[in-house]
Amino acid sequence: MSFGKLLERIIQLIPVLLGVSLIVFVMLALTPGDPVQIMVGEQSITPEQEAELRRDLGLDKPMVERFFIFLGNAAQFDFGQSYYHGRPVSAVIAERLPATIELSLVALIVALVTAIPLGVLAAIRKNSVLDRLATVGSLLGVSLPGFWFGILLIMLFSVHLQILPVSGRIGYASEVPTVSGFLLIDTLLAGDVRAFGEALRYLILPAITLGLPMTAILMRVTRTSMLEVMRQDYITFAEAKGLPRRRVLFRHALKNALIPTVSVAAIEMGSLLGGNMIVETVFGWPGLGRLVVESIFLRNYPLVQAAVLLYAVTYVLLNFIADILYTVLNPRVKL
Amino acid sequence: MTLLLEVTNLCTEFNTRAGLVRAVDGVSLRVSRGECLGVVGESGSGKSVTFASVMGLVRSPGRITHGMIFFDGRELRDMSPDEMRATRGRDIAMTMQDALTALNPALTVGEQLSEVLIAHDETLPAGRAARRVAIRDKCVEMLGLVGIPSPQSRLAQYPHEFSGGMRQRIMIAIALACRPKLLIADEPTTALDVTIQAQVLELISDIRARLGMAVVLITHDLGVVAEHCDRVMVMYAGQVVEEGPTEQVITQPRHPYTRGLLASIPRPAMRGQPLTPINGQVPDLVGLPPQCRFQSRCPMARPECLVEVPMFDAGPDRRARCLRLEDMP
Repeated sequence: MSFGKLLERIIQLIPVLLGVSLIVFVMLALTPGDPVQIMVGEQSITPEQEAELRRDLGLDKPMVERFFIFLGNAAQFDFGQSYYHGRPVSAVIAERLPATIELSLVALIVALVTAIPLGVLAAIRKNSVLDRLATVGSLLGVSLPGFWFGILLIMLFSVHLQILPVSGRIGYASEVPTVSGFLLIDTLLAGDVRAFGEALRYLILPAITLGLPMTAILMRVTRTSMLEVMRQDYITFAEAKGLPRRRVLFRHALKNALIPTVSVAAIEMGSLLGGNMIVETVFGWPGLGRLVVESIFLRNYPLVQAAVLLYAVTYVLLNFIADILYTVLNPRVKL
Repeated sequence: MTLLLEVTNLCTEFNTRAGLVRAVDGVSLRVSRGECLGVVGESGSGKSVTFASVMGLVRSPGRITHGMIFFDGRELRDMSPDEMRATRGRDIAMTMQDALTALNPALTVGEQLSEVLIAHDETLPAGRAARRVAIRDKCVEMLGLVGIPSPQSRLAQYPHEFSGGMRQRIMIAIALACRPKLLIADEPTTALDVTIQAQVLELISDIRARLGMAVVLITHDLGVVAEHCDRVMVMYAGQVVEEGPTEQVITQPRHPYTRGLLASIPRPAMRGQPLTPINGQVPDLVGLPPQCRFQSRCPMARPECLVEVPMFDAGPDRRARCLRLEDMP
């Protein structure tokens, strides 16, 4: 892994970000609805007041000019003020980001710990009942829409069984000093095990909902690559060496079979970003996804633009991580 | 010499879409301690499946339908999977045709070598540190034995960092790590350059003499057999068609197929003359009628050959599956 390669990736990022900025800018401009109208709402204001507000927000300038102003500021990491919060967009996003990262990581963990064992089992018991169930399950997992599945889970576990909370991130009674912004870490830092358990209970349903499609995809990838690997000569040779079955399966087969799984997982993390908007909305999760959805409704242009740029950077970064993991697992490939 | 491996009337079948394929059909063979048996036959003759059956490595949809496999006085087919696992790699070892695909690309050579020792070697010391040192020493010793230069520094490398000949040597080192009584070398030279082929075969012969182990050399190269094997067994379409001491079989074949194989080898003395091929093709193994399997390609075939032909004695320690064995020149 050389410095040159890293630089190359960063340079590749520039056209991506330019393109993404342009698309988002144009799409927002084409979206019906005027931020000023939405802000004013039912209040009656004079045309002069309205013009002044428009000037304050910079909305009086032509679109092309506004785009270049945005680009110029963004190049200096200034993404403007959130219309709605009256604070810098970067501060608002930074505040909501940890909740989203926490949810995504837990969803990733849920996906990995269920998908890999299931995929391996399905492969070594090919055509068994378990294999067929897993195959049908993964088809469902990919096709069930998150908003529907999430609501179903809420109805079952929160409304009917009443064992898990409906929405939010932690109960109002719990006060946790913010250190990292990740509640699971902050509660432990505060030594508050009860709050940790509570935060975990709030996490379960959204994490499952968010992780479900990924679980399904990873299970299929693991199953397919495991089947492929089990046919290889080196598995026969490992058997011929008289190694314990466990070792043949987990050390010889799984290490090779995981190469595609891990790469796909890293790339699929990117798709969690999109899923976040839906899941966070369904579960009232105070993260970036819900913030973006709200901001779209409010035509809070600066915030949406900055958030989408952040998504783009994250996506490219995840692909880069996928490449690095690929080389780590596969000694034949050098980056 | 005492008997090490005795296979009697082994049948291995594969249930395929096209029908039931009897890849190994009534194969009997014997290997004595320290002996080298050459197994010759073209692709699909059942030579690899025969020894995969001996190793207990026939995969679904294949299965052994009957026969006995005695190794070192024990019936392998009666062993539990765990006992079989303990025997494989310790008492019977195998090398495969292509070391590049037989070695795991994701694990270091050192790991692939030491795991055999960990699985089987009971002489390793109990203490953790002492054990690690002993394993490492043994790995270095084995790589040295097969002629890998500066073995200490190469244990941490991956298979792709070695040349083809070196990989073959590593695979042999892994197979020999526990000093097995029998080594099954499945086409050990097919994937190699001619110059490397000779080195690898020399290595196997050399180690065989030093360790006193028996070797089954599966090949389709009669030249290799002539040079390295005490006895030879020729297979055709799932059956043994001829077996005996190498020199006798090669100088005086007792089956038309063996004669055909020998006639199709290029020789310097025959320069400029066309080779004599065996006409026709190997029969489809699905639904074979009970008759001589070679008869459709046999220059000596007669109407009476359309019956099932058993193995006949063809001299001391020699057998051949041919009705016209006496008519052979």
